Amino acid sequence: MKIIVAIKQVPERDARIRIDSSGRWIALDDIEFRMNESDAYALEEALLLKEAHGGEVIVLSAGPERVGQTIREALAKGADRGIHIASDSLASLDALGVARLMAAAIADEHPDLILTGLQSDDLGLGQTGVILAELLGIPHSSLILKIEKIESGLRLLRELEDGWFQHITLPTPALLTIQSGNTKLRYATLMGIKKAKTKELRTVDAASLGTGSQPSLLLDSVALPSRQKTTQMLPGSPAEAAAALVAKLQQEVRVL
Amino acid sequence: MSTVLVFLEAKSGSPSRISLEALAAGAALATATGAQLAAAMVGPAAALDSLGTLAAAISIEHPLLDRYTADGYTAACAQLVARLQPDFVLFPHTYQVRDFAPRLATRLGRVLISDVTAFSLAGSTVTFTRQLFQGKLNGHYHSAAPAPCLVSIQAGAFHAAEPAPTSVPVESFAPTLESSAIRTQPGEPFRAASQTVDLSSAPLIVSVGRGIKDEANITLVQELAQALGAELAASRPICDAGWLPMERQVGSSGQTVAPKLYLAVGISGAIQHLVGMKGSQCVVAINKDENAPIFEIADYGIVGDLFEVVPALTAAIRKAKG
Repeated sequence: MKIIVAIKQVPERDARIRIDSSGRWIALDDIEFRMNESDAYALEEALLLKEAHGGEVIVLSAGPERVGQTIREALAKGADRGIHIASDSLASLDALGVARLMAAAIADEHPDLILTGLQSDDLGLGQTGVILAELLGIPHSSLILKIEKIESGLRLLRELEDGWFQHITLPTPALLTIQSGNTKLRYATLMGIKKAKTKELRTVDAASLGTGSQPSLLLDSVALPSRQKTTQMLPGSPAEAAAALVAKLQQEVRVL
Repeated sequence: MSTVLVFLEAKSGSPSRISLEALAAGAALATATGAQLAAAMVGPAAALDSLGTLAAAISIEHPLLDRYTADGYTAACAQLVARLQPDFVLFPHTYQVRDFAPRLATRLGRVLISDVTAFSLAGSTVTFTRQLFQGKLNGHYHSAAPAPCLVSIQAGAFHAAEPAPTSVPVESFAPTLESSAIRTQPGEPFRAASQTVDLSSAPLIVSVGRGIKDEANITLVQELAQALGAELAASRPICDAGWLPMERQVGSSGQTVAPKLYLAVGISGAIQHLVGMKGSQCVVAINKDENAPIFEIADYGIVGDLFEVVPALTAAIRKAKG
């Protein structure tokens, strides 16, 4: 099976969020970057499939030069080669623009399967994979926990809401977005890190892909949400306090 | 007149609550932009009888839509959008919408503005707010493309209106679908016993401490966690006692968590525990001691007997979830 895994490099989860002077993004100096979490699980699924059925795992990532580190990390874990869509201005694109770059960069690859994470830890759009599937004209399924190869294609375990699941079968080629947490992520071995240095990493200049178009969605500004950390005590009888808390969970915390 | 179209999602045959919240968002947007409001849902006309004042209520019916597939829903919605020519198309931000709406937007040459929490109008430009970095930052977006603008609305961002009879007769819309165009085969949904525990990725955690007093009382917090759809966690003494497995321990000797909600029941808040959960976005503490340190880092607190408060809270959550 030939598998492409699309990964994104994102700021560390506990990175300090400061708004930059443009007011449109966070300050990136002294921020550490890492592989987006659900993309790491997508990579793990790809490596497991390759171990079980043979084939090739190709890592695809877009962004500035520093993205090369994250691709090398994926190569060290066992991916066979990498494609880096080099661009210093990805932020000026919307999700459709990024997916168009990806579709163009892999036009000659003809993979059986494309995997990516459910959503990025920074923008959290959760769309790039699904958009890529539509651009490539292939079926997709999202929130996938398990992938099993069967004769007619793939049998998947998909997470639904509220603790429900379903199995889905679909033909290949297909694109799946992977949910975090269902497997244990491997570490790169010393041997893997050594080998990664000699693996092919092809850099494609984003401008050369000829997908240039105006974004249809623009991020005008960012702002820190107003938050007061003073404890709000909910008084009354147990039933009154419980009702008040439920209202907070619905309207303020938005988890209900 | 321009139209705001809201796609509702059915849950057990009627529009889900988050769908009605999206409808409320649609109503607010229609009022602000001088548009008319239309609602559509896959399902029978009878399910759309309590949506209040609308310019159009549309039941989308086709045997190939009986079970959700991204291909089927994308095609059906694209056809309805082509027919109604709305300026805005709103969705509830559910797993299902996350699965097909980006595909629909791409087919229409647009980009979905996903997981929106608010909007504002300046001149003729609508600005939509959505969260970045797991809620640590808000981003303000606007669409630079021609209509339609597709938007999904976060759960809890808008208040659903009280049910009222739908003001117009429900129309039926039968999309043209070919079974060969539906490439995925969905199986029957099922519930599984939760398997391995990775608390670090759990969005909701109910955590229990010494205040629970006895192993037999653990079921109280289990029921609360279940009602909330949360993972159950514990402070060290509970795991040391073997009342819950070690893999559920939060704190310096257990897991470090950063959920959207951390509901601490009977946990005083020793520093060894706090280091494992202080990154939580919202902390709720239930404790009988109003001076317990957990209240220093809690966003919401209830001082009281957990044996009274927890069952009341479980009941209130079940009621709210319907």
